[in-house]
Amino acid sequence: MDRMESRAPEPQVVTRRIEPDRLLVRLTGDWRLDRGVPDLAPLCAAVEADQALRQISFDTTELAGWSSSLVAFLNQCREVCQARQIAFDPTGLPDRLRRLLDLAAAMPGAGIVRPQAAQPSWVAQVGLKALAWKAATVESVEFIGQVALALSRWVRGHRSFRKTDALLLAQQAGAEALPIVALIALLVGMILAFVGAVQLERFGASIYVADLVAIAMAREMGCMMTAIIMCGRTGASYAAALGTMKVNQELDAFAVFGISPMDFLVLPRLLALLAMMPLLTVFADVVGVLGGFVVAMSMLDLSAMEYWLETRNALNLTQFNAGLIKSVAFAVVIGVTACLRGLQCGTDAAAVGRATTSAVVTGITWIIATDAIFAVVYNALGI
Amino acid sequence: MAEPPHIEVRDLELAYGSSVIMRDLNFSIRRGEVFVIMGGSGCGKSTLLRQLIGLKPTQRGDILYDGVSLVRASVAQRAALQRRFGVLFQSGGLWSWLTLAENVALPLQQHTCLAPSQIDQIVRLKLAWVGLRGFEDFYPAQLSGGMAKRAGLARAMALDPEIVFFDEPGAGLDPVTARRLDELILQVRDSFGTTVVVVTHELESIYRIADRAVFLNAERRTMTAWGPPRQLATEAEDPAVREFLSGGPAAATRRAALKPVAP
Repeated sequence: MDRMESRAPEPQVVTRRIEPDRLLVRLTGDWRLDRGVPDLAPLCAAVEADQALRQISFDTTELAGWSSSLVAFLNQCREVCQARQIAFDPTGLPDRLRRLLDLAAAMPGAGIVRPQAAQPSWVAQVGLKALAWKAATVESVEFIGQVALALSRWVRGHRSFRKTDALLLAQQAGAEALPIVALIALLVGMILAFVGAVQLERFGASIYVADLVAIAMAREMGCMMTAIIMCGRTGASYAAALGTMKVNQELDAFAVFGISPMDFLVLPRLLALLAMMPLLTVFADVVGVLGGFVVAMSMLDLSAMEYWLETRNALNLTQFNAGLIKSVAFAVVIGVTACLRGLQCGTDAAAVGRATTSAVVTGITWIIATDAIFAVVYNALGI
Repeated sequence: MAEPPHIEVRDLELAYGSSVIMRDLNFSIRRGEVFVIMGGSGCGKSTLLRQLIGLKPTQRGDILYDGVSLVRASVAQRAALQRRFGVLFQSGGLWSWLTLAENVALPLQQHTCLAPSQIDQIVRLKLAWVGLRGFEDFYPAQLSGGMAKRAGLARAMALDPEIVFFDEPGAGLDPVTARRLDELILQVRDSFGTTVVVVTHELESIYRIADRAVFLNAERRTMTAWGPPRQLATEAEDPAVREFLSGGPAAATRRAALKPVAP
């Protein structure tokens, strides 16, 4: 059937003068949508060139088939005719085609105010950007304040969210994150040990690989890698979930019922992260040390007992706590940025994507910044 | 040999997993008619529609378009069949990051080799047909519910489909806007000769537009009536159909059946 259709004649337009002031336009061939449409320009030129022309009529006896493309073609013809005050005579056209042409003309559509914003000058743009930046900063600070208030309400025993929600969120942010955290921590531990082994072996100090891995994991890498994983994993999911709720007007529904999204949505997410991040960090520390152990055993001339004793000597509770305290701070950073970006989301599908991206980018930026601040503070305190 | 029906549904079964919600669906739709799939909420109307357009795989039974099975079609055949459909989704389904003109233009750009200026002409025409001339550069979020529906219709009509499916066209619209949309549906059929399949439970709309209708009875889990709605309102064997078409609440019927009121 396809082959037969492809042999159908190409759409064509032939014009012929039949009376001194009348032009007959013969439309032939199959005007299907998947075919091209003949150019209107020759017809326009013919009309333009002839001042005596007063009327255009049509002959469709050899028209094999038609679709919207022909209607669009004729609609354009009619517009040209109107502009030149030439009568457009549709009597030669099929009934249905004529009706569609009338329909296009009859439908009202005038009197619309287009939402068009003028492009401001670059000075104004700089000013607008600065104002927008200020507004965003104020909004973020307000949000942090509201989170603090919600937290204090919760501490004072205010009923705010459903326990099942919080537990489910904790499960998603905790147990379900174990495999990825384990994998990354193991690899990071192995990489640290590998780098350390290559360098320290040259000085005959290969036993200190144990110190390197243990301290690096406990103080920095354990909490930082966990935070970055959780930001990309859980932070993104929070932003997307809250953003979708905004799109579906679920947030509006909360507002109407006088339920604060802070208490009901943000707080359980933040608490889930606060509870799970330190646990995941401890887990990452242990797995990281294990990774280091595997590399040390396979590359260096050390006994397992030596390695473990050295690791225990290197670590004390202060080292360990330094990482744990940071992990709590990272939990706050991830929870707050993700929920803020989710609640700030626009009202269409693309906005959810932007909110998620922004949550992860902002989150990771602030994780690194927070880590730097902690480094300075720990240094000052001599930890 | 008689020509096969335009759309034919044979022994179709609707199921979610192992729970069957409808079985033994048998009906056919003629070319150029407005056909309504009606029934109470949750009877499987929209599921049936999703199967008819091939969005949901069919477990049992068959759906034939001019004698060609959608169920047994290969991926390529199915795509070819689906190109003959236009669908207006319940919430419009307009792509939110594209303007109305871009929404209508996208299928034309993907499936035809028309020049951009020609596509532009066709897009303006389609939007004019649904009364949205001048709204080409608007985004879906800037439209009212009725306008979004009409824009969805313009997009559904983009490729001059043979069959247009409407999922609850009146849902979320005020009565006047809903009536305008019904008029537009009839206009589409009259002007383009399109076959129209509508899923709805709105009685006024059914009487206004339907040539024939099929009734899905959620309790009996099958279709219990098929024909012109005015005729079904008086002659249907299933009392639920008569009740539905006379606007009586089905719940009241059930209560009445449980506790007969003394005359």
